[in-house]
Amino acid sequence: MTSLPELAPENNFPTFPKVNNNYQYVLLRHREITDIDNLNVYRRNGGFQAFEDAVKRLKPADVTDLVKASGLRGRGGAGFPTGLKWNFIDNNNWPHYVVANADESEPGTFKDRELIARNPYQFLEGLAICAYAVQAREAYIYLRGEFWELANQLDGHIAAMEAVGLLGNNLFGKDYSLKVYTHLGAGAYICGEETAMLESMEGKIGQPRLRPPFPPSFGLFGKPTIVNNVETLTNVPMILKKGVDWYRSIGTPKSPGPKVFSLSGCIKKPGNYELPLGTTFRELIFHHGGGLADGRKIKAIMSAGASSALIVADDRALDTPMDYESVPNVGGQLGSASIIVIDDSVSIPWLINKTVHFFRHESCGKCTPCREGTYWMEKLTERIAHKEGTPGHTLEEEAELLYEVASQIKGKCFCALGEFSIEAVLSGIERFRSDFTS
Amino acid sequence: MLVEKYAQEIQSILSKYPPGQHRSAVMSLIYLAQREKMYIDRDDMAEIADILGITVTEVASIVGFYSLYYDHPEGIYHIQVCVDLPCALRGSEQFLAELCTRLGIKPGETTSDGLVKVEPVMCLAACDRAPMFQLQSAEGLTYFESQTVESALNLIDQLRMDVARMRRRGGYD
Repeated sequence: MTSLPELAPENNFPTFPKVNNNYQYVLLRHREITDIDNLNVYRRNGGFQAFEDAVKRLKPADVTDLVKASGLRGRGGAGFPTGLKWNFIDNNNWPHYVVANADESEPGTFKDRELIARNPYQFLEGLAICAYAVQAREAYIYLRGEFWELANQLDGHIAAMEAVGLLGNNLFGKDYSLKVYTHLGAGAYICGEETAMLESMEGKIGQPRLRPPFPPSFGLFGKPTIVNNVETLTNVPMILKKGVDWYRSIGTPKSPGPKVFSLSGCIKKPGNYELPLGTTFRELIFHHGGGLADGRKIKAIMSAGASSALIVADDRALDTPMDYESVPNVGGQLGSASIIVIDDSVSIPWLINKTVHFFRHESCGKCTPCREGTYWMEKLTERIAHKEGTPGHTLEEEAELLYEVASQIKGKCFCALGEFSIEAVLSGIERFRSDFTS
Repeated sequence: MLVEKYAQEIQSILSKYPPGQHRSAVMSLIYLAQREKMYIDRDDMAEIADILGITVTEVASIVGFYSLYYDHPEGIYHIQVCVDLPCALRGSEQFLAELCTRLGIKPGETTSDGLVKVEPVMCLAACDRAPMFQLQSAEGLTYFESQTVESALNLIDQLRMDVARMRRRGGYD
């Protein structure tokens, strides 16, 4: 078999100006320390001290308490309090597992990829600390299949950690052992759903499980399992190192800490921006992101990738803080903070045809409302987007029918994927009705 | 036979999972089988089923469910262009259309020399550097970001020269 040509892909992520000069990166630290993906460099900058301290000096439950006190919330999209999740681990059933969710597949989300590629050891340290907190001796990293190169790199980093005694048996002379493995998916958005991911890891097709029971009581191989997103885990070493008070000084009281915002769409400077939770849309889009192309006006914002409702980008929305509590006030969700900017040249019927096509393609087929609903929604959005209509029906009538189909999907799906598929559809028709006229 | 050719690698894949949970290795073993020829045939599926103690149908269902597995040959290289919403807002649909026109194919088709399949795919988590695509071959996957039609055509030229060189050496097919 032939080998790949020596045409180096562009792998260096661009750097952008910081929030302000006093802000020190908590997550995207590679933008200050460019070779932090080298184990020695990471350790020279305080890396793995938090893990060592935890294993040597802290009881597992104390680690969980610290994370709980920090107020860290899951960065994968749900915003569930991380420490509380760790606290749910069933201590009457062993062994325990930890799975890092690196299946990043939401259109508009590209933060975990940068973290794994450039600041991998901070993520691995967070994973190790989580494993210690719940006394898991085996941890897995589930990467989407397209992150094949990242998985190879991570295997190298894991081997480097093993070589210097940061993974393995009797770590730091204590009775704690940990092994970390990568597991590569093969192209399925649904595997980002934690129970579908566990099914996939067990060698089955990736379809979600009925919850409850939740993974902390019935997870991988039926054992108690903590599933956390890459960015969530990357926060953890800094919380232990710098303390809960410091962590809570960033962000808002209910949404503490920094967040990596993936900014994409109709924007001059797309990319990842680490900012405190609670930063306004306006600051991200117009200050950091450089605004829209000249002559273009902002029309809508999708704040949680393709799973988002379309937020009307008026002054009230732009001045809304991007945190878990505030975004619902303008009819959206923060989710994974994947901010897609939509300008006034974009037709909303075209846009929802795009998102519905995605969800139809990625529907796992398990439940009828999602499998059939996304199929019929796609038929309708195709017709509406191309202004074809059906003989005897106006575009307005087609839009009404689409709205009815989407409403019937709502609240009836087995997992969140089906529910996500209607967010842009319903909000698009409700809030941008003039786009749906003949 | 995979077990003869990749004995050590198969053992190391199986050792990632607890005793009695060998089935978890199925995804990695399918990748291993695809490394030979960019798709997995019935014999490979049967062998993997045998290694893991599951049925061929179960292996086939995994191959069918996930988008990076192929059960028939479709070009040596796959250029998979993301055309999801954020990339489309940065011109990826036009990029795909023009690339295909220049290659004389339609999206989803393989070039006449049987070498390169160009197809639209779902989000690849690189929305800020569109137009972008991944190059999938039996060897693995590589991202190519901030692309132009010209840079993609240059890559395809390189791939063609590379295969021609391998064929001259008798190292290919």
